[in-house]
Amino acid sequence: MTIMKKLLASAVASALMVGGAQAEITNNTVKIGYLADMSGTYRDLAGPNGLKALEMAVADFGGTVKGAKIEIVTADDRNSPDVASSTVRRWVENDNVDMVAGLVASSVTIAATKVIEENNKLGLVNGSAASSITNEHCTPNHIHYAYDTYPLSVGTPTAIVKEGGKSWYILTADYAFGHSLEADVTRMVESNGGEIIGSIRHPFPTPDFSSFILQAQASGADVVALANAGADTTNAITTAAEFGLTQSGQTLAALLLFLTDVHALGAETAQGIQLTTGWYWDKDEDARAWSDRFWDETGVRPTMVHAGIYSSATHYLNAIAATGSDDSQTVRKQMMDTPINDMFAKNGRIREDGRMVHDMYLAQVKTPEESSSEWDLYEIIRTIPGDEAFRPLSDSKCKLVSSK
Amino acid sequence: MSMIFGVPMAVLSGQLLIGIINGAFYALLSLGLAVIFGLLKIINFAHGAMYMLGAMATVIMFDTLGVNYWVALFLAPVLVGIAGVLLEYFLLRRIAGQDHIYSLLLTFGVALIMQGILTNIYGVSGLRYAMPDVFKGGINLGFMFMPYYRAWVIVAALIVCFGTWFMIEKTKLGAYLRAGTEDSQLMQGFGINVPLLVSLTYGFGVMLAAFAGVLAAPIYSVTPVMGSHILIVVFAVVVIGGMGSIGGAIITGILMGVVEGLTKTFYPPASSAVIFLVMVVVLMIRPNGLFGKEA
Amino acid sequence: MSQTDIRSQIHKSILKQQKAEDRRKLMLNGFLLVLLLLAPFVIYPVFLMKILCFALFAVAFNLLFGFTGLLSFGHAAFLATGGYTTGYLLSNYSGLTTEMGIIAGTLVATVLGLAFALLSIRRQGIYFAMVTLALAQLVFFFFVQSPFTGGEDGMHGVPRGELLGFINLEDNLNMYYFVLAVFLGCYLLVQRIVGSPYGQVLKAIKQNEPRAVSLGYKVDRYKILAFVISAALAGLAGSMKSVVFQLASLNDAHWHMSGEVILMTLVGGMGTLLGPVIGAMFVVNVEYQLAQGPLRDWVDPILGGVFVITVLAFRSGIVGEIQKFVRKNLG
Repeated sequence: MTIMKKLLASAVASALMVGGAQAEITNNTVKIGYLADMSGTYRDLAGPNGLKALEMAVADFGGTVKGAKIEIVTADDRNSPDVASSTVRRWVENDNVDMVAGLVASSVTIAATKVIEENNKLGLVNGSAASSITNEHCTPNHIHYAYDTYPLSVGTPTAIVKEGGKSWYILTADYAFGHSLEADVTRMVESNGGEIIGSIRHPFPTPDFSSFILQAQASGADVVALANAGADTTNAITTAAEFGLTQSGQTLAALLLFLTDVHALGAETAQGIQLTTGWYWDKDEDARAWSDRFWDETGVRPTMVHAGIYSSATHYLNAIAATGSDDSQTVRKQMMDTPINDMFAKNGRIREDGRMVHDMYLAQVKTPEESSSEWDLYEIIRTIPGDEAFRPLSDSKCKLVSSK
Repeated sequence: MSMIFGVPMAVLSGQLLIGIINGAFYALLSLGLAVIFGLLKIINFAHGAMYMLGAMATVIMFDTLGVNYWVALFLAPVLVGIAGVLLEYFLLRRIAGQDHIYSLLLTFGVALIMQGILTNIYGVSGLRYAMPDVFKGGINLGFMFMPYYRAWVIVAALIVCFGTWFMIEKTKLGAYLRAGTEDSQLMQGFGINVPLLVSLTYGFGVMLAAFAGVLAAPIYSVTPVMGSHILIVVFAVVVIGGMGSIGGAIITGILMGVVEGLTKTFYPPASSAVIFLVMVVVLMIRPNGLFGKEA
Repeated sequence: MSQTDIRSQIHKSILKQQKAEDRRKLMLNGFLLVLLLLAPFVIYPVFLMKILCFALFAVAFNLLFGFTGLLSFGHAAFLATGGYTTGYLLSNYSGLTTEMGIIAGTLVATVLGLAFALLSIRRQGIYFAMVTLALAQLVFFFFVQSPFTGGEDGMHGVPRGELLGFINLEDNLNMYYFVLAVFLGCYLLVQRIVGSPYGQVLKAIKQNEPRAVSLGYKVDRYKILAFVISAALAGLAGSMKSVVFQLASLNDAHWHMSGEVILMTLVGGMGTLLGPVIGAMFVVNVEYQLAQGPLRDWVDPILGGVFVITVLAFRSGIVGEIQKFVRKNLG
């Protein structure tokens, strides 16, 4: 009796779903589009190796899910929102792409997610830093997975102020990303009892930082924070080392630093820098095991973005396997209902605004003596619980957040 | 502490010195461009890429063959110079006598190719290059901490700049060069191999860029795209100085370093735009640049 | 046969030939038009619109470079100004119809073009290129700094709205035919300009400026007008692009964009009418196809190779080479 009831209920439910959203896999294929910078500034943090990570996730499923073939198409976004928008539009409108992965430059991500929303597909954002992606630019059709600027500006400043670094000087890249980091850091420093005694907005990109480092030195601040990214950050750190910034007693804090950046700098130059990261390849047994596989594929250690791409794709494919559907909302709901426990996160969960909430880590770059190999670079000094790390929903400007 | 426009005197002196150091870099880079344009009328948009090659070669030679900094300081420019000679011989020569614009487009294309290939091999995060031990540390000047390496950059850049200027403007070789490029038939008649002279001049110009690249390797992030950012700034410097004026390029380079340094102190966000502003203003007043000859 | 007969005979045959050629041209144009009208049913319309926008941009640039001999290295500034202005107006003033937004964007680009022209027109050759580059860098700096552009995040969600208040442009086909109409209008306009006495003076300036001066032409005025028209059309291209893609970004203002339009014009054939259109088609296509294919990591070096090969072997561009070939073998 109860079995009959259940069967009937599920039959009715599936009949209803076929009417609205299909409870099956369209074309019997799950098509994933990988859109990332393959040749420009952001190449190393996602790029070709991110594609490898995605392929690893697909390979783990044996190339099929629920009998449907999993296909990957790839494009270079050329860091241009035009290219991103037209590529994604063709993917979802003509080529039956179900999900778009990668998504690095914020302008590219925002352009792509608008198209994905229009067509009711799914986007899994891993490369972008901007926290606006799940705030004012949130859509019911994408998930921001690995990290964003909010925890970057929470973790590092809070820890350093508590250790006694009270007065801060901020070097900010003069564009939206830098501005939002600066604003977040200022808030965190002040709410923890610290003080911002000065800041400089430098052009993006700046090839030579000596002038700015000199001004930061002259300020006498306890902490010099770098609210920039990529080559700007590595250049600033190299110059700070050259001008003896840390020897003169100041602490250097980088707000966004990828493993690839630290690797490029080397432990000698980068030692002692504190940073916040969403993941580290050597953080635990699961992470190490996966990183070894990644190493075999690529010859490098993965960044948090690479790991995020793998983890989010696996989570996505699991949701398809569980629901037997590739309909974006069905899959998204399943992904939200299932906690994430894998090599990337423990008890990670996806919120209604599309933010994947997981623990973040405060790390310190090892000294050359502590570092046992060229990729042995971080020491995790504190775990920041996910609920503290990410922007609370009560502050959200996202249209999907009801509880306001 | 005495203040100037709200900036402590000590900070200002530091910024001036830093400006001069960066200016020395600009001088070195724009000097090569000016030599190439002044003598060959080639607009070398591959100059940034040659600077990058110099830096990349330094790092790669160290990583693979253990070539140290001092050897690289000579070897990298020579290698890049040879690449330049080949580039001139196989490609640029074919468009000699055509509109200048074609040399710009051709070298721009070559730069894209070099950057693209190296990006695919080495990535964009940057290659690590350790500061040579002799240059570690610095000296406290009272108003700023002066790393030894930056002091070396000024000295090395100025010696090379002055040497180049002297060679081209004051020696017999320079006279041949100038004459050979101005009236090649006449010089050919005197039994001078003008095509070879042209190849060597281009090679020499890009050697200067590569030398700047070696100087940059220990202090800047060495990536395949490091030259593309600096390229148009250096072009602006050459234009302000007067295209083709050797001395003009050197003086303007240092001047622009200082102007940029002061902007970084008083209004940092504009520091990347200020050189272009200066360029527009200068060309309004002096159509051929500060030191350019009347066309 | 009398002499007059022969003469009229010759005259007739020339007329006939001309008529035949006109007919051929008409047929060719008609054929192209039909192709363009049917294209969106075969090829992805947004992609076609992208090509049309860049084609217009290249046509605008070519008016200045190919027909007047002025190399602007700052045309990205007009593309971006048109795009940002239109994007900003349509996003913030819902009362505006789409064409009003586009006209406003074009006007602002035109004014900027006049400013550029007044500041740069007396500079010669490479100095002219460099002044336009410097001015465009200042414009870029302004866009980076201004909050309304959204900085590097870009300006997103520009509404396509309704043309004249009743044609829904959200529909890709409607949008396509609108873009096509604007493009054809501009193309014909440039054709008229080039063929007019004014266009002849521009060509004379290109060939030999001192001679044009000595013939009594106020050369600067002619050049300024050409610059302003070119800037206006480039701005129009940017305005339409922002409506098509519903976004505007810093990429459009970057000096690489100024380089790209030079490449398009050169590859297609500078100084020919159809050249820039073909060039835009070629470059946009190459870039788009490569970015998706197995060579996606190699787009930049391949474009660099296109530069090199074009400069070395096909300086007259695709259209120019075809014209040469036709003239040699059929003329």
